[in-house]
Amino acid sequence: MTTPLAEVASSTSTLRAFLHGLPGVDRVGADARAATLGTRSIKTTAKKQAIDLAIRMVDLTTLEGADTPGKVRAMCAKAVHPDPVDASVPSVAAVCVYPDLVPTAVAALNGTGVKVASVATAFPSGRSSLDVKVKDTELAVAAGASEIDMVIDRGAFLAGDYLKVYEEIAAVRAACGPGGAHLKVILETGELATYDNVRRASWLAMIAGADFIKTSTGKVAPAATLPVTLVMLEAVRDFLRTTGRKVGVKPAGGIRTTKDAIKYLVLVNETAGPDWLDPDWFRLGASSLLNDLLMQRQKMTTGRYAGPDYFTLD
Amino acid sequence: MFEYAPAPESRDIVDIRPSYGLFINGEWVEPQGEERHKTINPATEEVLSEIAYASEADVDRAVEAARKAFATWSALPGSERAKYIFRIARIIQERSRELAVLESLDNGKPIRESRDVDLPLVAAHFFYYAGWADKLSHAGFGADPRPLGVAGQVIPWNFPLLMLAWKIAPALACGNTVVLKPAETTPLTALAFAEICRQADLPPGVVNIVTGAGETGAALVRHPGVDKVAFTGSTEVGRLIAKTVAGSRKKLTLELGGKAANIVFEDAAIDQAVEGVVNGIFFNQGHVCCAGSRLLVQESIAEEMLDALKRRLSTLRLGDPLDKNTDIGAINSAAQLAKIRELSEAGESEGAERWSPVCPIPDRGFWFPPTVFTGVAQSHRIAREEIFGPVLSVLTFRTPAEAIEKANNTPYGLSAGVWTEKGSLMLWAAARLRAGVVWSNTFNRFDPTSPFGGYKESGYGREGGRHGLEAYLDV
Repeated sequence: MTTPLAEVASSTSTLRAFLHGLPGVDRVGADARAATLGTRSIKTTAKKQAIDLAIRMVDLTTLEGADTPGKVRAMCAKAVHPDPVDASVPSVAAVCVYPDLVPTAVAALNGTGVKVASVATAFPSGRSSLDVKVKDTELAVAAGASEIDMVIDRGAFLAGDYLKVYEEIAAVRAACGPGGAHLKVILETGELATYDNVRRASWLAMIAGADFIKTSTGKVAPAATLPVTLVMLEAVRDFLRTTGRKVGVKPAGGIRTTKDAIKYLVLVNETAGPDWLDPDWFRLGASSLLNDLLMQRQKMTTGRYAGPDYFTLD
Repeated sequence: MFEYAPAPESRDIVDIRPSYGLFINGEWVEPQGEERHKTINPATEEVLSEIAYASEADVDRAVEAARKAFATWSALPGSERAKYIFRIARIIQERSRELAVLESLDNGKPIRESRDVDLPLVAAHFFYYAGWADKLSHAGFGADPRPLGVAGQVIPWNFPLLMLAWKIAPALACGNTVVLKPAETTPLTALAFAEICRQADLPPGVVNIVTGAGETGAALVRHPGVDKVAFTGSTEVGRLIAKTVAGSRKKLTLELGGKAANIVFEDAAIDQAVEGVVNGIFFNQGHVCCAGSRLLVQESIAEEMLDALKRRLSTLRLGDPLDKNTDIGAINSAAQLAKIRELSEAGESEGAERWSPVCPIPDRGFWFPPTVFTGVAQSHRIAREEIFGPVLSVLTFRTPAEAIEKANNTPYGLSAGVWTEKGSLMLWAAARLRAGVVWSNTFNRFDPTSPFGGYKESGYGREGGRHGLEAYLDV
């Protein structure tokens, strides 16, 4: 696969020149813009539409040391039918698990349309050799994962070794196979610290062949925030204009309420544009969010809130 | 498509009387004159209420009440005056939703702005100056600075309650009493403020509100019992006022028009600069004296910047000011709309290129779409005259020196904005801009602790901050 802008990755210095030539991000201004968009009032029909869209965008996630095949199977059942008593509730986009649990998820989701995503590359720290990371990816792909959520080497990025980060992403991209698994690149924005770094890491990942750029592993605080997602949405918007290639965005971690999820949809709508308002181009990495979406959805239909025990905990 | 359903703020919270008298000496009184006028909602042209136009005799009564109250108010210890002003600030916070709705109804500004900008700043202003009331001897104006007496204050229609706060809060903190005339198209929040003064048990006569048009304002300004005149509004009226008070003992501050430059250098944080430009000129429909009505963009990024700006303008939502998702509300009056149209047509006929996003305009009310003129030259009227509407004139420059030259080449000097990621360039530019306020990588930011005011035809005197006390003290 030839990636647009591949020539800028011919050396560390060309990469540096390119990434440091991107316009800066003013933190105060970015925070203010995200906060203003957060005041949009999404009610009635718009809220209904947003809730269903948000459900369809969820990557239902479990990434615990204590995960078991039973836990994953239960979560898969929920992913397909989030609300057992209301068949009009759509399925989520995907489930996201560790590589060794991919076979379990693939078996459980066969024929349902819900995709299986697997974290890989020594998730969450990414502290291992490239060989191990590539093997980790190959294991997940071979087990049937159709999406790979890789982490970048934040240490290398912060040390200015952009070429190393680029080459790792490109290698994992290759391990996903030609036309194979979708690659989501996790920037771990909580460790990159500045919005300038978020913008540079976004472009670096896109140049290296990312299909999606994702904020966080969920293991580092802060995880996804509105301003960080704003900066990433600006990056995919500008990347499309520059290269003609469209890349998706996935905020993950810390999105727990319907209100939060709707703020993200507003951000997408008014930054990258409505073309990104589709599970193919925007995902929400979450677990507890789904039940809040279901609760709000039911409230909109019945006019009443049911207690938490009326929603399944899987 | 993700269409936002209408999300109107309820107007049930406001209680508008069918007609209002004048607020003099703590009472609602009937005007002596017969003249009454309707105040309307500019978004619908619906009549909201009928207000009195105070005559010379009414103004006289108000000034007399203020004079009488001055003796006791100015003699109160600062800490006692502070209690009243703090109380007013708290009541404003408690009633902020109601006041925001009222402001949007009468003025046409979006509820998002009246709720998130105007009202928080109004309360903050009263809190800030309440804090000064017992610390005046430490303000740098001598050991025991004295108040001036009766302040005659005339305010505009663009930020009705905020301009009232800018005028009344420092005046009261310093021990003056006031007679305030709100603009004829937006009197309702000032009249609500009169009720708040009663609610706060402010002694009668300390604050008097007389409604009316230019004649009422003129009567107030020339009244011999007024010791201090404060005016915010057009340069044209400011000139008349300066002539009227010339040669008298009256102290005068004027906050007038502007034609601010927003300078975007090639190394600016472009996405935030676009936001700043949008906020600079389309905030409050451009009805802002310090609006960034001229965009000066470096030629090397002009095309990219304009593309980004146009894309962003296409997402602005124009419509019902009470809808919580509205970005651009109604133009305040038919007269103002006519002025904006006239100047925009002049821009076209002088050869600038006009652009507006696709933007449905409601059938009733006064509306003007967000508009950008490119290819503007310094000699065009739209680059020189204050439009006071949602109209941006875009000019380009090649070097920093040219940017400063163009920015300063205006009879006004109220505000300016500079966008660059380079600190040294920022400081270099700020030192050379002849404007009362220079915003660095932001625009239209206000804070009660920060002095505000102009150079040249933008007026004189400062409002806000410690400097704002000076206008109300005998120094």
